[in-house]
Amino acid sequence: MASLWEYANPQRFMAFSARLLPWTAGLAAFCLVTGLIWGFFFTPDDFRQGSTVKIIYLHVPSAIMAVNAWLMMLVASIIWVVRRHHVSALAAKAAAPVGTAFTLIALYTGAVWGQPMWGTWWEWDPRLTAFLILFLFYLGYMALWQAIEEPDTAADLTAILCLVGSVFAIISRYALVFWNQGLHQGASLSLDAETNVHNVFWYPLLVCLAGFGFLFLALVLSRTRMEIRARRLHAMIARERLA
Amino acid sequence: MIALVKRDLILALRAGGGFGLALAFYLILVSLVPLAVGPETGRLAEIAPGILWLGALLANLLSLDRIFQLDWEDGALEGLATAPLPLEGIALAKALAHWLSVGLPLAVLAPVLAVLLNLPGAAIPWLVAALVLGTPALSMIGTFGAALTVGVKRGGLLLSLLVLPLYVPSLIFGALTVARAATEQDPLPSLALVAGLSMASWAGLPFAAAGALRINLR
Amino acid sequence: MPDLGLYTGEVLAAYAGSLALLAVLVGGSIWQARRVRRRLEAMERARREASQSHGG
Repeated sequence: MASLWEYANPQRFMAFSARLLPWTAGLAAFCLVTGLIWGFFFTPDDFRQGSTVKIIYLHVPSAIMAVNAWLMMLVASIIWVVRRHHVSALAAKAAAPVGTAFTLIALYTGAVWGQPMWGTWWEWDPRLTAFLILFLFYLGYMALWQAIEEPDTAADLTAILCLVGSVFAIISRYALVFWNQGLHQGASLSLDAETNVHNVFWYPLLVCLAGFGFLFLALVLSRTRMEIRARRLHAMIARERLA
Repeated sequence: MIALVKRDLILALRAGGGFGLALAFYLILVSLVPLAVGPETGRLAEIAPGILWLGALLANLLSLDRIFQLDWEDGALEGLATAPLPLEGIALAKALAHWLSVGLPLAVLAPVLAVLLNLPGAAIPWLVAALVLGTPALSMIGTFGAALTVGVKRGGLLLSLLVLPLYVPSLIFGALTVARAATEQDPLPSLALVAGLSMASWAGLPFAAAGALRINLR
Repeated sequence: MPDLGLYTGEVLAAYAGSLALLAVLVGGSIWQARRVRRRLEAMERARREASQSHGG
């Protein structure tokens, strides 16, 4: 087995990802279609939550992948800072919009779910608030990428922001728990999915989770390829201008 | 390093240095709140901790882009980078000067504004303590944000987008300290956390800020 | 179409909104990828032709 780092070479990455992309995209489509249809048409209603339980198949996977996307950006940023592989920096950049979209889906489905269940679109529950803040982090990260023209500088600065932001995101997560307990004791409802999920709901949920995972992978691969090409284009234009 | 702090302080105090601006902004923001939510003293007292902290946060934000911008534009920053003082020390000095010229005056002004908002008297010492111990974190995080965006033209808006999410923990614990003091609960744990956040940011963020400066100066 | 009972609106809205967002994300990514690829290919072709005419 060749070293994993060989794929850090842009040409190797392009060749490898070209082969991988159809598989991940296909698996993503397959899992998502199967899981969502299974969940939507062939699962019973929950005795307490009624049919709103079907929202779980969108809500939980997108929320999990929204957090994982940030983790992936963090790892890619560290790799960029330590080993200076351009593919890694571009992969972090590519993951940001995907993570943002997943966060938005999690927030949106949560709001739609919360309306009938809690009687409110929005509850300042620590978990919800943490996702809102995660969304703000994504926005700031992407804005910084956009604002800086020199690609290597942008990669370095966003990597630092990602590292510092991760630390603060974790602190915020725990601060929010503290804050909510401090202000209104004992949130009456929790979104905890794992506690009382039956197998009927669990299997389609797993398929959807795999679907969102593969979708994330496919999108990041495709967007990284796009970023590499954009980078090459940028370099060619710059060279032409010099000549 | 002390010389750098002094120089920055003098620059801040001189006309147009933004020293008075942050304070005036704080005053205006707090006086606008009763106009927006109505004059009932009970309600004002209830939201006062949050408003006083939010106002301090925004007033702080207002002056952040000055931390490095002027030195960057006239090239002084490159001179500083070649000075014997490491960039980490420069970031620290800049944050300290910012805190002395913005954070500390805000904390001094806060009791007056607290009276305006009818905050219970018992909470006022806690408000000052929370601001004195909490604004160093704001200055340091702001210095880091300013170091990130120093190369960006008109980076003020971007800076606030980057920095505000990082202010969340300080805001939560700071406002909580005051709120607990106002409702006769024990405010000490959250005050300790505010102070802890400040110390942690002063210990860690100078390195991140110096890293960002180095990249921008490349 | 399963019977969604009381919450038909909510469930359908959640699915419709999320799928629309995913479609925008996937569609946007594909569109961007195509655009960048086309521009890069055009650029490379122009470069090749330019170097050939220089050589000839």
